[in-house]
Amino acid sequence: MNKQTGARQITGAQMVVKALKDQGVDTVFGYPGGAVLPIYDEIFQQNDIRHFLVRHEQAAVHAAEGYARSTGKPGVALVTSGPGATNAVTGLTDALMDSIPIVVLTGQVPTFMIGSDAFQEADTVGITRPCTKHNWLVKDTDALPRVIHEAFHVATSGRPGPVLIDIPKDVQFASGTYVGPKQVETSHYQPRLKGDIEAIEHLVELIETAERPIFYTGGGVINSGRAASQLLRELVEATGFPITSTLMGLGAYPASGKHWLGMLGMHGLYEANMAMHDCDLMINIGARFDDRITGRIDAFSPKSQKVHIDIDPSSINKVVKTDVPILGDVAHVLEDALRLWKARGRKVNTAKLQKWWSQIEQWKTVKCLSYKQEGKIIRPQYAVERLEALTKDHPNRFICTEVGQHQMWAAQYMGFEDPNRWMTSGGLGTMGYGQPAAMGVQVAHPDGLVINVAGEASWLMNMQEMGTMVQYRLPVKQFILNNERLGMVRQWQELLHGERYSSSWSEALPDFVKLAEAFGAKGIVCSDPDDLDDAIREMLAHDGPVIFDCLVAKHENCFPMIPSGKAHNEMLLGEAETQGVIDAKGSVLV
Amino acid sequence: MSPLKLKKGSTSHSAYNLRPTFSDVSERHTIAVIVDNEAGVLARVIGLFSGRGYNIESLTVAEVDHEGHLSRITVVTTGTPQVIEQIKAQLGRIVPVHDVRDLTVEGKAVERELALFKVQGTGDKRIEALRLAEIFRANVVDSTLDSFVFEITGDVGKIDAFADLMRPIGLVEMARTGVAALSRGNQ
Ligand SMILES: Cc1cc2nc3c(=O)[nH]c(=O)nc-3n(C[C@H](O)[C@H](O)[C@H](O)COP(=O)(O)OP(=O)(O)OC[C@H]3O[C@@H](n4cnc5c(N)ncnc54)[C@H](O)[C@@H]3O)c2cc1C
Ligand SMILES: Cc1ncc(C[n+]2csc(CCOP(=O)(O)OP(=O)(O)O)c2C)c(N)n1
Repeated sequence: MNKQTGARQITGAQMVVKALKDQGVDTVFGYPGGAVLPIYDEIFQQNDIRHFLVRHEQAAVHAAEGYARSTGKPGVALVTSGPGATNAVTGLTDALMDSIPIVVLTGQVPTFMIGSDAFQEADTVGITRPCTKHNWLVKDTDALPRVIHEAFHVATSGRPGPVLIDIPKDVQFASGTYVGPKQVETSHYQPRLKGDIEAIEHLVELIETAERPIFYTGGGVINSGRAASQLLRELVEATGFPITSTLMGLGAYPASGKHWLGMLGMHGLYEANMAMHDCDLMINIGARFDDRITGRIDAFSPKSQKVHIDIDPSSINKVVKTDVPILGDVAHVLEDALRLWKARGRKVNTAKLQKWWSQIEQWKTVKCLSYKQEGKIIRPQYAVERLEALTKDHPNRFICTEVGQHQMWAAQYMGFEDPNRWMTSGGLGTMGYGQPAAMGVQVAHPDGLVINVAGEASWLMNMQEMGTMVQYRLPVKQFILNNERLGMVRQWQELLHGERYSSSWSEALPDFVKLAEAFGAKGIVCSDPDDLDDAIREMLAHDGPVIFDCLVAKHENCFPMIPSGKAHNEMLLGEAETQGVIDAKGSVLV
Repeated sequence: MSPLKLKKGSTSHSAYNLRPTFSDVSERHTIAVIVDNEAGVLARVIGLFSGRGYNIESLTVAEVDHEGHLSRITVVTTGTPQVIEQIKAQLGRIVPVHDVRDLTVEGKAVERELALFKVQGTGDKRIEALRLAEIFRANVVDSTLDSFVFEITGDVGKIDAFADLMRPIGLVEMARTGVAALSRGNQ
């Protein structure tokens, strides 16, 4: 008992578990070590929080990301000091780039040994300062509950992101007074949610008069929550404007929607990029003008007025000058915009809009994703299309990816009807993300169909997690497009480096079927297009983790492609071009 | 296939050659940042500048509110208007930052720096040093038979000018604090 206050004293380790429970946490991904043993001891003695033992700390963080992205709740990872913390760095950076709310707890050497190069000491807050939204080293047990509650607040408020709490071992052992989330004073960190109403009015005026409008939406819509996606759908249907999305925003507007143009950007669809280039009103909703989108900045959508809705002031005018910046949360701003636009009579420039759509329809005739499945070799596009066809009706499907060509094919050929169903590493492009992320998704959605669309090279980067999936009976399906190449790298070498394939081979690959069996999972190999559907069905029918080794064409390129530093209308079309669907150069240029 | 028509062996093309072409004139801004005086906060601010490639011309920091544990960091930086706006937005999103103020935009601010100069010399040089110090209102805070330490406060230009004059006379060492600044008026 605390003599002065009479409050019950508990240890720092007990506080960690209690604070997590009070924050509604039911799942922790982690890996133990000396500096977190007191916390593991507490986890052992309770049943409210499930701990999943990963096989590598990087995977714990990606799993937390998958959990977070698929639920909208923060993900939690727990790792030890030194190597445990440094292994978490890639995951933290990934979550920072993609605005994923996660809370990572690290153990630290005791306070009195900090700075002495103690065993497994690393300057964790120093190392992770640039790759977290915020981090804390807690030197006093009494401060611990306040910091944990604040950490959840920071991770999930405003632009979400990863936070880290470094907890020395003596702080875990020592006793102090616990305070709950409601008892801590409100944080001064309170990002603004409501947009400036004058700016929103300006947006509504532009909506009323635009001749060639487009919605360019991004991960911010997903971050903002389900209501944001609903409002977006309502606004799109009501205005009849075309809509495209970044890789990170897929699913906010349904792929089956009438106004959907497909993904834009470097590997985006021809019609989406052309519409972005030629539009006169661009309404950016929660996207950040990434260089995969803009290509050459001075040639980026030269004729448009640009509206940008974003919660982070540093996203606005960072890359592209914006005419109407609206600082606020997507759902809040869209709600106001819809209300205003309706109150003013739901006006749009119908005649011009019709013309705009007929132009867009014309671009669609290019059929930029067309390819031909011929002969006995599976083309990767075909494999993804078959996977899509055989799984899209599943009511609870989640797709994760690794990084590379397969990731782009999944984005191009699969359709997402809802937010939080698509988990991919966009900003950092982390090979090895997909498998652990899929694990986190499956943990959060035990009845979901979770598929990781992978390249063999990426997949190998965190393949140890097969062990975790077998241990916890997580029936994730690993759908590997095996081209025996670091395909995306090989493609760049083909296009940009004179076909000098420097180290872009996947040499000495394992036999994936045997590998699956060695882990106690099921392995399937398929190399014949005629067998593909049955093989995919076999994968789906198996109640347990599966590695599907899909042997595909080795030198396939991913098109369309806007080479870096080029303008949207300098897109390479690959087959759609060579098949003579369009007169190659002429119709690519506007 | 080589659709980009690049010559074999050519290396001049960078995959990441995306530098924006709008390049305005560089401006000098004095920015005041009010932060929680907690461990690592200065590292966050400095890390932001180095990590994103911004300039720091000078930086001063001290706690200004002992009860609220708030520190004031004064940064003098240069950049195009777009970069200056980014710097302010990036500073503003650091969690322990309470307020970011661009004193250059708010109107002419009072800017002061303190410097210590050690000047060596005898005879005429010594007399000339004292004479210049008087003109610049610099105080002698230490003296030996062949040296002085002067203390001077003023804006950066004044201190630069004093240094330029003292150098040929025998300036051997100098310490400067960097700029502290406040906006003028009652706000
Ligand atoms: C091999 C490879 C190829 C790629 N090719 C493409 C491509 O062809 N096309 C493509 O689109 N991407 C591509 N990417 C992904 C790309 O690198 C970026 O990750 C992606 O484009 C960024 O998406 P975004 O703009 O939606 O931003 P995000 O990174 O999702 O950022 C979200 C934005 O929304 C804001 N925000 C967050 N929460 C809110 C809220 N509640 N309210 C308002 N705003 C909010 C944030 O401040 C931020 O500005 C590729 C990646 C890889 C690895
Ligand atoms: C950790 C990491 N290292 C390197 C890269 C660079 N890189 C991007 S894609 C790629 C090749 C991926 O190959 P694979 O997983 O087989 O997918 P494919 O492109 O063949 O579909 C590489 C090496 C990266 N994105 N991440």
